[in-house]
Amino acid sequence: MFSVTKYYKIWFALSGTLLVAAIAGIAIWGLHFGIDFVGGSRGEFGFAAPVEAIAVREELLSAGFGDVSVQSAGESSIVIKAKNLTEEEKTLLQATLREKFGDFEEESFLNVGPTIGRELLRRAYWQTVLVVLGIVLYITYAFRKIGKEMRRGKVKAWHLGAATIVALIHDLAIPIGVFAALGHFLGVEVDSLFITALLTILGFSVHDTIVVFDRVRENLQRHPYLSMQALIDHSVASTFARSINTSSTLVFVLTSLLLFGGQSIFYFVLALLIGVVFGTYSSIFIASPILYLWHRNNTI
Amino acid sequence: MRLRLSFGILAIVVLSVLSAFVVFDRLNVVKISKVFPFRLGLDLQGGTHLVYEGDLSEVPSGEQGDAMDAVRGVIERRVNAFGVTEPVVQRAGDNRLIVELPGVRDIEAAVGQIGLTPFLDFREENPDYVVPEDQTLIDFGLYYRPTGLSGKHLDRSEIVFDPNTNAPQISLHFDGEGKELFSQITKRNVGKSLAIFLDGVPISAPVVQQEITAGQAVITGRFTIDEAKELTSRLNSGALPVPIRLLSQENIGPSLGQESVQKSIVAGILGLLSIVVFMIIYYRLPGLVASLALLVYVFLVLAVFKISAALPPPLSITLTLPGIAGFILSVGMAVDANILIFERTNEEVRKGLPLEQALREGFKRAWLSIRDSNTSSLITCLILFWFGSSIIRGFAITLGIGIILSMFTAITVSRTFLRMLMSFDLAKHPILYGHKKNENV
Repeated sequence: MFSVTKYYKIWFALSGTLLVAAIAGIAIWGLHFGIDFVGGSRGEFGFAAPVEAIAVREELLSAGFGDVSVQSAGESSIVIKAKNLTEEEKTLLQATLREKFGDFEEESFLNVGPTIGRELLRRAYWQTVLVVLGIVLYITYAFRKIGKEMRRGKVKAWHLGAATIVALIHDLAIPIGVFAALGHFLGVEVDSLFITALLTILGFSVHDTIVVFDRVRENLQRHPYLSMQALIDHSVASTFARSINTSSTLVFVLTSLLLFGGQSIFYFVLALLIGVVFGTYSSIFIASPILYLWHRNNTI
Repeated sequence: MRLRLSFGILAIVVLSVLSAFVVFDRLNVVKISKVFPFRLGLDLQGGTHLVYEGDLSEVPSGEQGDAMDAVRGVIERRVNAFGVTEPVVQRAGDNRLIVELPGVRDIEAAVGQIGLTPFLDFREENPDYVVPEDQTLIDFGLYYRPTGLSGKHLDRSEIVFDPNTNAPQISLHFDGEGKELFSQITKRNVGKSLAIFLDGVPISAPVVQQEITAGQAVITGRFTIDEAKELTSRLNSGALPVPIRLLSQENIGPSLGQESVQKSIVAGILGLLSIVVFMIIYYRLPGLVASLALLVYVFLVLAVFKISAALPPPLSITLTLPGIAGFILSVGMAVDANILIFERTNEEVRKGLPLEQALREGFKRAWLSIRDSNTSSLITCLILFWFGSSIIRGFAITLGIGIILSMFTAITVSRTFLRMLMSFDLAKHPILYGHKKNENV
């Protein structure tokens, strides 16, 4: 039988490295907040003929737009980002584009005032706090019976909860780290969709850990004299196929969305995909060994 | 037992067929001539999304809700005036107003029509203001102070022409309360000027000759006829009770949305197919049953989306791009329950239980895990729905509904099908379950 606890040092070293790298990335590069959090204007314009982002930027700079960024989105589309544009400035921008690069279609335009941005960011924090709180409470509830009945009360509900939360931090830190790097190198922004992806990952990661720990709970009850190591190994092994299969089906749909789902949700789906993979990994290779280390000397 | 099983199968078949009729708009087959369209969010059908903030600093705290309701009413009338299908004007928070205009491309014109709604108020001279010696330096914002009489006290307005110069003027008729206020204001300001401010700018400041009790006033600005017409029509559709400010605006072209819908349909179908292939190869007959249950699930969810769209706003589900992603994600999660059950069944078979009993045991034992694990995802959805913006809500609701319905289809539907299959000996052959012969005693 595959033993997850035997090689825990390998998993911990691997995850430790990733975690340190992620935290370092977040600390050094920080996150690139999107305009829905910091305010500003963002427009996407599709031209009849191919356009160069650099040329557009130069024309806009010479037309008096100070701080603008222009990115290509496909061959003949560009995305322009700037501080909050007034109606007059927007008209000037459109006129400049039309004059220099021919006719275009305004595919989307977004202008977020700074108040709304701050408010959305605050709301995102609150959402995160509430989701974490809700899930911690739920875990405590789901495992409430353990303290009374099992191992003469040595394995307590909050031990399982704590292991779940360590796995959770791991699952959140890694995608955030990846997006810090993406933001630094590719200018990828962290917007409210990314926060949504993170919170979904949170729910999913716990979902996965609960399935494994549910089995631990069941086995604690059924085999009171089995060593903790054997018990955890057995529980992981018997849920292993399920964990891999479920995340495979999720990876299927997410990969298909990533490849064919279009540009606007690409990074949202990417964040979900990273989260699903690490969420499954951590419930097997992080949460379970933690529980083992906690109670390895605990025999009856 | 047999009767219950037959009834279960019948119910599932009827439900699936009805859902499929709703999804493909074929309800006329069963003599129902109703078509339920999906309700698409702005990001999918294109349009304009505006967020306004009402300035409530002058409104007593007890009346702020009423004031915002009044603003909402006025803006709704204004939005309806330019003939958009299914516009949304809703209050958000204490002082916010969200306006959604599907299909509106010209954001400047829309903002113009809504945002430039005149805020009309009457102001009297402020005795505390020290008039500077140089008359050109007078700050009219301080020279006059609000009287509380404003556009909300207006009954109607109309264009009249000055009998001498033939210049267009605007005649105002106050409502009961306005009449009272106007009479008091004119009484205490006889011999002084009374300024009429439009959007915070003084447009005329006639001197009050005597108390006016008839509840009528005339604005004599330098209007052209067109300006006067526009102003009266705007005043008549209701002047805003408080000033508003545009906080954010978003405009999405129709092509982007259509393209996204097509792409996500392709992605969804491919995702679904890969799950079906995987489930059948890995779990064989139960995998096929799970795929059938998944198909029932897809039709059921789409039918729920469509039918809900006909319900009033808080219950109707609006599909957004992240919402579609949430639905596709839920398709991936929906088979989780089946996987849990089949893995458990295989375990029981390995322990030596006969297939039928192992299946029953699998369904029974997996239920706790299914319930516990889905609850955590539902908690996330609930909080996202509660606190999220409309885009996020779209995701939370499709994922949440997906999780709830998938628990039903993955458990009830696949259990019913499998039980039915158990009555055929051929369907119990170990090879159909990927078990070795000796495992199934």
